[in-house]
Amino acid sequence: MSTQATFRIWRGGPADGGFRDYRTEVTEGMVVLDAVRSIQAESANDLSLRWNCKAGKCGSCSAEVNGRPCLMCMTRMQDLPLDRPVTVEPLRAFPPLKDLVSDVSWNYRVKERIKPFKPRAADATDGTWRMAQADVDRVQEFRKCIECYLCQDVCHLLRESRNHDEFVGPRFLIHIAALEMHPLDDEDRVGDLKQDHGLDYCNVTKCCTDVCPEGIRITDNAIIPLKERVADRFFDPFLRLLSRLRRK
Amino acid sequence: MTEARTFEYDVLVIGAGGAGLRAAIEASAAGARVGLVCKSLLGKAHTVMAEGGIAAALAHVDGRDDWRVHFADTMRGGQYLNHPRMAEIHAQEAPERVRELEAWGAMFDRTQDGRILQRNFGGHRYPRLAHVGDRTGLEMIRTLQDHGIHRGIQVHMECTVVRLLKDGPRAAGAFAYERERGRFLTFRAGAVVLATGGVGRAFRISSNSWEYTGDGHALAYHSGADLMDMEFVQFHPTGMMWPPSVEGILVTEGVRGEGGVLLNSAGRRFMFDEIPEAYAAQTAADPEEGWRYTQGDKDARRPPELLTRDHVARCIRREVREGRGSPHGGVYLDIAWIRARLPDAAQHIQRKLPSMYHQFKELAGLDITQEPMEVGPTTHYMMGGVRVHPETQMSSVPGLFAAGECAAGLHGANRLGGNSLSDLLVFGKRAGEHAAAFARQQGLGAVDESQTRSAAEEALAPFGRAAADDANPYRIQQDLQVLMQEKAGIVRRGTEIEEALHGLAGLDARARRAAVTGNREFNPGWHTALDLANLLTVSEAIARAGLERRESRGAHFREDFPVKSEEFAHCNIVLRKGADGAMQLRREAVAALTPEQDAIIREMK
Repeated sequence: MSTQATFRIWRGGPADGGFRDYRTEVTEGMVVLDAVRSIQAESANDLSLRWNCKAGKCGSCSAEVNGRPCLMCMTRMQDLPLDRPVTVEPLRAFPPLKDLVSDVSWNYRVKERIKPFKPRAADATDGTWRMAQADVDRVQEFRKCIECYLCQDVCHLLRESRNHDEFVGPRFLIHIAALEMHPLDDEDRVGDLKQDHGLDYCNVTKCCTDVCPEGIRITDNAIIPLKERVADRFFDPFLRLLSRLRRK
Repeated sequence: MTEARTFEYDVLVIGAGGAGLRAAIEASAAGARVGLVCKSLLGKAHTVMAEGGIAAALAHVDGRDDWRVHFADTMRGGQYLNHPRMAEIHAQEAPERVRELEAWGAMFDRTQDGRILQRNFGGHRYPRLAHVGDRTGLEMIRTLQDHGIHRGIQVHMECTVVRLLKDGPRAAGAFAYERERGRFLTFRAGAVVLATGGVGRAFRISSNSWEYTGDGHALAYHSGADLMDMEFVQFHPTGMMWPPSVEGILVTEGVRGEGGVLLNSAGRRFMFDEIPEAYAAQTAADPEEGWRYTQGDKDARRPPELLTRDHVARCIRREVREGRGSPHGGVYLDIAWIRARLPDAAQHIQRKLPSMYHQFKELAGLDITQEPMEVGPTTHYMMGGVRVHPETQMSSVPGLFAAGECAAGLHGANRLGGNSLSDLLVFGKRAGEHAAAFARQQGLGAVDESQTRSAAEEALAPFGRAAADDANPYRIQQDLQVLMQEKAGIVRRGTEIEEALHGLAGLDARARRAAVTGNREFNPGWHTALDLANLLTVSEAIARAGLERRESRGAHFREDFPVKSEEFAHCNIVLRKGADGAMQLRREAVAALTPEQDAIIREMK
């Protein structure tokens, strides 16, 4: 199988950006990243894009292909219609830099604001801990995250409403869930979730779960349990009464 | 525009994979002001691709394991060209480095009694690899990243160093560009740690990403440091073969550790056909014993699929060359067969090898729980690198340190799987610690402007050149990869290596004409052009060392000298830049074993 295909690729920066068409050969088994790299090597040497592992493990080559956020390295050409141009553009929830690259530095700043892991005292005299595999499994689901930020890109709170100052986004809610459900962690982030991380903004539309290339059930397994913890802390009538009594 | 912003650090770490992050954390803990430069975004380094695990003699699964066994295994795997003190330190300190990761939040798979679980791997006598399914590298880099960002380390993302700066004989900093705007940065530093990883982009079939162009190797070499063991390039036996776009992507050794077998086109389990003398006593007598080993039977010996990577890669190549390969030029790796042994085999495979299941399903449309995979050798790892002091990781240039893949010494002629992640932790930590101490004692070096000016002019030169077909930097890189793959790859001949050297000279001339289109902002064409010089330096080093070693040992296989030679049994090949700019080569005796080390090796034979 070998056929010519047209790619409509976003070129340029914030001020002068627009789509430009490129043709390249598509062969069996190719993914979008292969095609874009061929175009780069053949006819657009200065085309900006990010990629590293080419195997869906590093989360660098995130882009929007035919309008859908995806990893270019895991999107196979055979799954796309080639009778019309394949559009490739950068993640739109973040400021555009150039071509297929957007400025994702906000995500790194958000992570620094989240309280880090703080282990409880060791279980054994040699300074080590004991954990059951079942407890580990639950958290490992979240730790599979490759930080591709597709969930951030698709989240309407970031993409449309631009609540970057108020809401940390699904990626960091699963990061917090991984810390909160870590069997060894002693830190308390429930107050921060409500006051600083904007958990209440999320109205569980599950768009993040739909695009996760790792298949993490972001909404069901991370966000909803976190919302329950916040509700227990802030809205439990008995606890509220108790805290009011204490304040007196 | 050649002016540069200047940053000052006590310790500048170049590279933010496992070794660089670990070094930065340690230097910061020692009170140093630390700058960390990474070529990509933080957390994307090739460490994420490591699948199998971290080798450390924790003895959680088999109480007979201890650092002495790990030391002996590492030396045997490296064919005794390793620096024995590095192998010793590595084996002794790896368990503590793993436990430390857990204290920083890493979550390894568990034993029944809740401790860190360990798995079998090629060349390791006992189950030794702490792991997280088959995504251990991601767990490690994320743990280090999330720990490191709260330690006051200044991270310069998407920033590439093009030259090391010196103050007389000592390292004094680095000159770099940042990708986003293409602006230059000058780093003044008391000490510099190289943690830049490997050289995989010098070959056509590779598991490495665009970043691995031998930057640290070349930076160190051009600033006067010694390179060592450059002939030893590890070709991982199992890379993906089909479809073409995925050729070279890694298939973890963990597949074989979980019971996967290698078969030729006739369905024969060919790994039983040739078992090296040094491993005969440790290898299963038949498939039944091999299966029992993978299922944790402590009395069973390992199946031949888990022999060292160099040997397995050559057996695969033999099957293909003799006409018993798979349709796309590899062999079959079959894990689906365990259906015959385990009632819930499909779920078991998905649980033990989730990312492999995912990778084949998504990229090849193949269900590994039902069908065999097609696999073949892929360029994976560089044993050779900057020659360092075994205790401090300092190179022959004062103040210049190296750790991880870009350093030499630990692995000798062949690295055991799982010893890379532990290498990053053990020697990353040591490099950070000693770099901080060096910086504290020596203070900042002086940086004279003539060095940064000439580096800037050189970096900008590709913009002034006329575009031409043979001056396309991507094409020059591709031609170099084909040349090295064919003439200095998994099987080498003296005449072919000479052709490679000749070809490299031609490519060097072309690289000096490499032309760039567009401007300096996030321009991968420009970056590719700048990487060429590093690729050419390491390729020449690989070829020269490979030509000199007229024997076959470990990962270096010479068809014209197919057996080991006593002449080369006790020497490392060392390369240094001569006063005339030419690459100078010499043989040096391997560091001697202490009587204690010698006794351990004899006992474990």
